Amino acid sequence: MRVLTNIAIIAAEEVEHTEILAGDGGWWADTAGIMLLLPLLAFLLILAFGKRMKNNGGEIAVAALAINLVWASVLFVMNMTEGVLDQTTFEIGRIGSDLVFELGWVVDGLSIMMYFLVSLVGLLVFIYALGYMKGDVRVDWFFAAFSLFAGAMIVLVGAPNLVQLIIGWEGVGLASYLLIGFYWEDLDNVRAGNMAFLTNKVADVGLILGAILVAVAIGSFDFGDLAKAAVEHSEALGGVALAGGLLLFFGAMGKSAQFPLHIWLPEAMAGPTPVSALMHAATMVTAGIYLMARVFPLFQNLAEEARPLMIGIGAVTLFGIGLLALVANDIKKVLAFSTVSQLGYMMTAIAAGGYTAGVFHLFTHAFFKALLFLGAGSVIHAVHSNNMSDMGGLRKKMPITYWTFVVGSLALAGIIPFAGFWSKDEILATLGSEGYTAVMWIAIAGAFVTAFYMMRAVSLTFHGTYKGDGHPHESPRVMTWPLVGLAIPSILFGLLNIPGVSWPVIGNFTEWLGVRVVAMGDHHAEAIDYSLAAAGLGAAVLGIALGWIIFGRDKETQADRDRFEIPVLYPLLRNKYYIDDAALGLVALTKGPLANFINWTNTYILDGFVNMVGGGVKGAGEFVYDAIDQRGVDGIFNGLSAVADSAGGVVRKWQSGRVQQYAAAFVGGALILVVLLVFVL
Amino acid sequence: MLLTQFLVLGAALFAMGIYGLLVRRNIVLILLSVELMLNAVNINFIAFEAVLVSSEAIGHIFAIFVITVAAAEVGIGLAIVLMIFRNRKSANVDDLNLMRW
Amino acid sequence: MEWFDTWGLTIIVFLPLVGALLLGFISKENEDALKTTGLVTSVLAFVASLVLIGQFNFSGSTYNQYQFEVSETWIGAINANYHVGIDGISLPLLVLSTFVMVLAVIYSWNHWEEPKNPKAFLIFMMILATGMNGTFVALDLVLFFIFFEIVLLPMYFMIGIWGDKSPRKVPGFSKVFETRLYASIKFFLFTLFGSAFMLLGFLALYFESGKSDFGRTFDIPQLTELGAAGAFTGTFAFLVFGAMFLGFAVKVPMWPFHTWLPDAHTAAPTVGSVLLAAILLKLGSYGFIRILLPILPDEAITWAPFIAILAVIGIIYGALACLAQTDMKRLIAFSSVGHMGFVMLGIATMTDVGINAAIIGMVAHGLITGLLFFLAGSMSHRYHTREMARLGGNIKLMPVMGGIFAFTAMASLGLPGLAGFWGEFMSLVGAYNPLAGLSLGVFRTSMVLGAIGTVLTAGYMLWMLQKVNLGEPNEEWEGHEFQDVDRFELAAWVPMIVLIVVIGFFPKIIFNSTTDTVTSLVDMAFNPETTASAAALIGKG
Repeated sequence: MRVLTNIAIIAAEEVEHTEILAGDGGWWADTAGIMLLLPLLAFLLILAFGKRMKNNGGEIAVAALAINLVWASVLFVMNMTEGVLDQTTFEIGRIGSDLVFELGWVVDGLSIMMYFLVSLVGLLVFIYALGYMKGDVRVDWFFAAFSLFAGAMIVLVGAPNLVQLIIGWEGVGLASYLLIGFYWEDLDNVRAGNMAFLTNKVADVGLILGAILVAVAIGSFDFGDLAKAAVEHSEALGGVALAGGLLLFFGAMGKSAQFPLHIWLPEAMAGPTPVSALMHAATMVTAGIYLMARVFPLFQNLAEEARPLMIGIGAVTLFGIGLLALVANDIKKVLAFSTVSQLGYMMTAIAAGGYTAGVFHLFTHAFFKALLFLGAGSVIHAVHSNNMSDMGGLRKKMPITYWTFVVGSLALAGIIPFAGFWSKDEILATLGSEGYTAVMWIAIAGAFVTAFYMMRAVSLTFHGTYKGDGHPHESPRVMTWPLVGLAIPSILFGLLNIPGVSWPVIGNFTEWLGVRVVAMGDHHAEAIDYSLAAAGLGAAVLGIALGWIIFGRDKETQADRDRFEIPVLYPLLRNKYYIDDAALGLVALTKGPLANFINWTNTYILDGFVNMVGGGVKGAGEFVYDAIDQRGVDGIFNGLSAVADSAGGVVRKWQSGRVQQYAAAFVGGALILVVLLVFVL
Repeated sequence: MLLTQFLVLGAALFAMGIYGLLVRRNIVLILLSVELMLNAVNINFIAFEAVLVSSEAIGHIFAIFVITVAAAEVGIGLAIVLMIFRNRKSANVDDLNLMRW
Repeated sequence: MEWFDTWGLTIIVFLPLVGALLLGFISKENEDALKTTGLVTSVLAFVASLVLIGQFNFSGSTYNQYQFEVSETWIGAINANYHVGIDGISLPLLVLSTFVMVLAVIYSWNHWEEPKNPKAFLIFMMILATGMNGTFVALDLVLFFIFFEIVLLPMYFMIGIWGDKSPRKVPGFSKVFETRLYASIKFFLFTLFGSAFMLLGFLALYFESGKSDFGRTFDIPQLTELGAAGAFTGTFAFLVFGAMFLGFAVKVPMWPFHTWLPDAHTAAPTVGSVLLAAILLKLGSYGFIRILLPILPDEAITWAPFIAILAVIGIIYGALACLAQTDMKRLIAFSSVGHMGFVMLGIATMTDVGINAAIIGMVAHGLITGLLFFLAGSMSHRYHTREMARLGGNIKLMPVMGGIFAFTAMASLGLPGLAGFWGEFMSLVGAYNPLAGLSLGVFRTSMVLGAIGTVLTAGYMLWMLQKVNLGEPNEEWEGHEFQDVDRFELAAWVPMIVLIVVIGFFPKIIFNSTTDTVTSLVDMAFNPETTASAAALIGKG
């Protein structure tokens, strides 16, 4: 084990020539690797023993994350108070002298935040799943795969280098595939899983090639070395920075569902709701944002030209995909489109240089979006349908679910003082001060759309009259407590980063992350920009009001009101801008005509050639055999033997077997010889 | 000259042997005829040796050699004849045509 | 253990042959004795190869320094010697070969394909083992050639006797052939066709080496020294490279010489497919690393872009062809074309990264595709069909089998954290940064196309899983009881699974052996300075 210099130290000491005061985390940081291993161990244990346990192995999964949360909390608190920087790595392979592969774990502000987030949200979702999944099929497999995800996610966020990041990255992708296709008896779910895996795989081409470009340039996969090279404006890195940066961004687009690679995320809702909550809302989909944060120095110092494209894609995502939530009927799809839209906010922020803003939104969003999904899951659990047209009027029947869902919605909409307000405000401030005013207005418009569709979701689900079957009732406590557990941070955690406010002892979120970005020129607001905050808040309030006017009041005709069939726009939104169709068409083209053509060439051209040669040689062989061998060469021999045969027919009569005939012939022969000898010679 | 008489004797014996060999049907008599021919040859060897007198006594040696071979030949020949007679109850050469093609 | 240092390799190579002899003396009816003999022999060979690892000196070996070397005069008249030895490159492959052989014997325990006859089958397997092990240790071209060709015979018989008996329409022929006959003959002739050219190449080297101080020689280390010194150049070397390239490329197989592979795999009995995929294909790529690169380094550089292009075509082409298959085994066979494409792309870069990638890719492909063929064999054994359209819901009917199948498919698509990842990833690293002087345009395009190939690979693997493993089982199988994985299958597969994971997370167990050797190989073959110092060797000056 060795302790490496970290990004922050490099940044501060070598560039700013200042010293950063941060602890090394002591024993807790040295043993933080246990967080990577425990969920993976739980995965194996559940596979082995899950079936025989009372909760089908859910206990093991919860226990693993609970222990993880202990480590994460201790480190989180240590980081709040004194700052922690540590890195532990093991060499797993070495090629020659310069290419080294390592596994290990980083303990710094960013990764501690993610450890904490994954462990806390993960633990609550796991507990919730104990109730939600009770009596479902293959519960042991559910918890096993879910633990695999938690492990892979922590491997990802703890990665000290790009290789481990890729390992964790694909690990969470695998878990995502497994859990989206959890109900694999229905092939539609399997196809959704395939779509998620393949879309991510397409993006991974970018991630892998980007990692190669960057790593070959600086001679190391290590994030620390990368940051160092970026800070020093290294020539070698500079040459590939734009290409490498864009490739890495392309990778992030897949996992973080940026337009147009977002198509898999709504489909991913085929998985059980806890999966959607933890993976496809709170943590896994933020991996792309996390990656952008990890390689932030690259974009900040060398690949600045990439920014407009990144911000553009982020803006399209946050607004365009947000609109799709307006027409969705499936409550989980509404939340999924909303997630995509929020990821667009984060991406825009980071691309604009708002490291803290993006990561802070990631942090708060994880809580309230997980809360919303779990609330939706609670409703789905009660009414046995995903469609909002089967819901309505659940406010009285499911009070805890209702109130926590409202909290989540307000946080998402960005109403003061809920968490989402503060983080969204920070993003707006970043966009404004970095000069992306147009994008800032799009973001404000996006806030309006967000508030509007959340109001629609709340109204259709909880207000009005119940339109489904049966008698829904509140979920058991094992499910409602996690809702409350997530509602509290959704209300409070925004306060952790009020611009210009540093709490006693713990400081603020910017500082926890900020140790490393002081030198990076990260933008973070020093004070609240009241006019901007008012604009954002106003847009949100307007959205809620409009939503209330359209969906909230009329209880009877609620369902009909869902149809604003604005001529061009409505079909466009219902068909998700036809991007899904285009992607499926591309797949069908590859799978059908193209693959068949290749197979045809293999059978009829390559193999045909081989067969032709084979057949030709065989034909030539037959010709040689028939014409030359049989009739020619053999003919000669046959002719000779026929002569011999008939000759033998004559001569054989001389062999009578009578010895005395032979003797007579012999004597006659001798006499002839004598006569010849005596008289002729 | 004395040599001529010996050669005439040898030739007469040889001719008698050939006659017996070709005409007789009994195998034993054929064998005897062969003996007769061999002895005719022996007489010739001795006669020539007596006249020419080689230093290594080649004529005598050949004569003795022929006698030895003849003895062996008769031994094997008679044994074969005996076996044939036991199996076939006959010693007639005309009955022995096994060696046809 | 001194005797082991000298005779260890000989034991590993010829022990299976002794086993084959012993098997010959055991009566056909006594199946248990036959199987035990086969198992004991292969386990002994494997244990011996483990001892080899224990005794192997991993630290700082330079290329062309072999360990456990034996050199005895064999055919004096042509200066062909019994020269064997291993280095860091051949060690992992040799161990892979003995390892997979043990598993194949275990798997065979209760999986005899018609017409059973375990005796003959085991004898063929043992002969195959000798050929494969021998190829990896041979340091004499004649010896190499003989071992290389030995493997053809048992495999030919395995496919031809125990293979698939269904009729098959072959394009270009009006007659309908039995699949096994068509496949076995195609396999044999195709490979032999390549080998003929390879032998010509060997002979050309033999005569050409007569101009040097060594005299005419088949000795690989000596030829390597000559090669590094630049003894083989010009049109001569170009043609020799081409001839040997043909021999190895058919075996690998590289596009467009691959068409024997799907047929052979589809027709072969399960164990035959496994050994074919796991070891036999490696003989070709091993030949590239052991013979072509060190002996003809200059030509290797000339040919490298061409090899890279063929490799990349193989990757894309294999993946697309997979998507069109309906037969599970044929799909897996085509996947081999793609995976070996990555191996060849690694070799074509002529860098230490690329060649290391090739070796770990070879080991990983051996384990993963071997396991896939085991699984495909076991499944078709139970369902009596390989048509994917008729399968489905396998994981419901046989949960353990389905689980292992899913795992292996994931490994095959190069999931990071499993063995298959390193070969692909490092090939791409190598292709980004090939040997100085090679065309960056060709190699970087190859890198991008190769990376796109990984997407297609994921596509067909997921599609296969969907068809075979997931969904509701076909109505056809309603009421059927399927036996899930039995203990022999488990015993054969679990070691492979463990290794796939271990190599995935700790590739050092391969790299530790290969990296120094490969680095010094690259240094020796492609570094002008070492070439200059060795130039004194050439008699002609």
